[in-house]
Amino acid sequence: MKALVWHGKEDIRYDTVSDPAIEEPRDAIIRVTSCAICGSDLHLFHNLVPAMLPGDIMGHETMGEVVEVGSGAKGKLKKGDRVVIPFTIQCGECDQCRRGNFSVCQRTNRKGELGDKAFGHRTAGLFGYTHLTGGYPGGQAEYLRVPFADTTHIKVPDGIDDEKLLFLSDILPTGWQAAVQADIQPGDTVAVWGCGPVGQMTIRSAILLGAEQVVAIDHLPERLSMAAAAGAITINFDEENVVERLNELTGGFGPHKCIDAVGAESHVGFGQPDTIVDRAKQMLMLENDRPHVLREMIFVCRPAGVISIIGVYLGLVDKIPMGMAMNKGLTFRMAQAHVPRWTGDLLRRIEDGQIDPSFVITHKVALSQGPEMYATFRDKADGCIKVMLQP
Amino acid sequence: MPLTNISGIARSEGDPRVERKGPSSLTGPDRLARALGWFSVGLGIAELVAPGRIARTLGLEGKEGLIRAYGARELASAVPTLSIDKPVGLAARIGGDGLDLATLATALHPDNPKRSNAAIATAMIVGITLLDVVAYKSVKAAHRREPGSDRDYSDRSGLPRGAEASRGLARKDFQIPADYRAEGTVADALPALAS
Repeated sequence: MKALVWHGKEDIRYDTVSDPAIEEPRDAIIRVTSCAICGSDLHLFHNLVPAMLPGDIMGHETMGEVVEVGSGAKGKLKKGDRVVIPFTIQCGECDQCRRGNFSVCQRTNRKGELGDKAFGHRTAGLFGYTHLTGGYPGGQAEYLRVPFADTTHIKVPDGIDDEKLLFLSDILPTGWQAAVQADIQPGDTVAVWGCGPVGQMTIRSAILLGAEQVVAIDHLPERLSMAAAAGAITINFDEENVVERLNELTGGFGPHKCIDAVGAESHVGFGQPDTIVDRAKQMLMLENDRPHVLREMIFVCRPAGVISIIGVYLGLVDKIPMGMAMNKGLTFRMAQAHVPRWTGDLLRRIEDGQIDPSFVITHKVALSQGPEMYATFRDKADGCIKVMLQP
Repeated sequence: MPLTNISGIARSEGDPRVERKGPSSLTGPDRLARALGWFSVGLGIAELVAPGRIARTLGLEGKEGLIRAYGARELASAVPTLSIDKPVGLAARIGGDGLDLATLATALHPDNPKRSNAAIATAMIVGITLLDVVAYKSVKAAHRREPGSDRDYSDRSGLPRGAEASRGLARKDFQIPADYRAEGTVADALPALAS
């Protein structure tokens, strides 16, 4: 089959690889009808995530049709079922899964000892990501083996386009969780840093959850225009001082809720000098992430406010003002999205016409164009915000 | 045995294997920049390890310390050249090429018995400088946001009922789960204390 394969820094190739096969009773094989490139794929593209191997298949936003089902998954899936595959693999039985904390499932990381060493305790297996999370082949391919398939799928109805359903795999529930874990209440001012795909979903989620003011922060005009389309007030950090503007919008008190939809790779620029130091440290492997957004959120957030982190961080960060955070009594919430916890509700909202996630797709191309689209997405060229790929 | 097997990071037995490699996301300019980055590493190490030999070859005796400093400079410019911020590294390399040429110019005087070696080295550095300039320009061109290509997505609300009608829509049938409430923090305690 054909697949997008990681070969090293900035080197994604459209390779021919062997077909996946059922390996365990709970497995299923799906024929991929649509997949997408995620912002977190760019961390792999930039080789900032440890424990990738040349030959690893990329992709964790995938949907398709079931073509083969293992004996242990037959009660829940059958050939021909249309499914979206969450980026997290969950057993559905462990203590964390029973609590709804699916992204920290205790059983699905097949390289759990590595996870234990890297994270203290293992987290869930993830598709198309580092071997620290199992190194499972991803879904930017013609076919995908889904482990624990009886619990790792979202059945979706016919009659709704892939474009509206695909993002149940990641960015829609991820954006939703970013808003939920901020505990958004009516009357809140919610500031969202980063208007990439997850930021866009977070903005819509904050509106649906009743935030009075949603403020979107970025510097790319096309992304800000998309944020404004959902009713967000926008701040272009190339043109305005973020802290001053947020204080102005909140009577000097700061936002109630601050959401980081940027994570490890804050934009590097002279307007944000800390990012230049962070980038230099990253190059010398003295720091994993550029946590400019985190620093700014802690500074500007209203005392006793909530910081919600959904942008992916990779490892060690420097110069985080913990004293400021502690003295202001901030609450921190963060996690990889517990996808299946939210997808039933979100599918209903799509069917009900409350949200149409297809708005975020700016490029829809064949899988074979994947390698060049990685560069286009990374370079933010051609107005690119979200790339949908079709095998 | 591959290092990855020892570390336990090896790919699992049943995972799909690459049978034939296809087109890559790496562009020609990216590959040229990478090659120049590795050239910097090689030259930098040589200058750090054997400055005396280089000085004698070029007739630059007495400038061993300078050559060693240039070695450190080469390694410093290799880091960004091999990173995703290639233009920064390539710009540093072009600056470094200028310093190299200026230093070599001092070895081109008629009294230097190794003048011919210095001339060859100068010609090589001129060639490398041209490659650095080509790489810098082409990498910038390959990865730039085209000026004036900003798109307007102000018609993409994603909220079919409109932004205002959608505000708070989910609160009719969704409660923030108990484990995601910020209750118990200062945020909730303050109004209680004030009353």
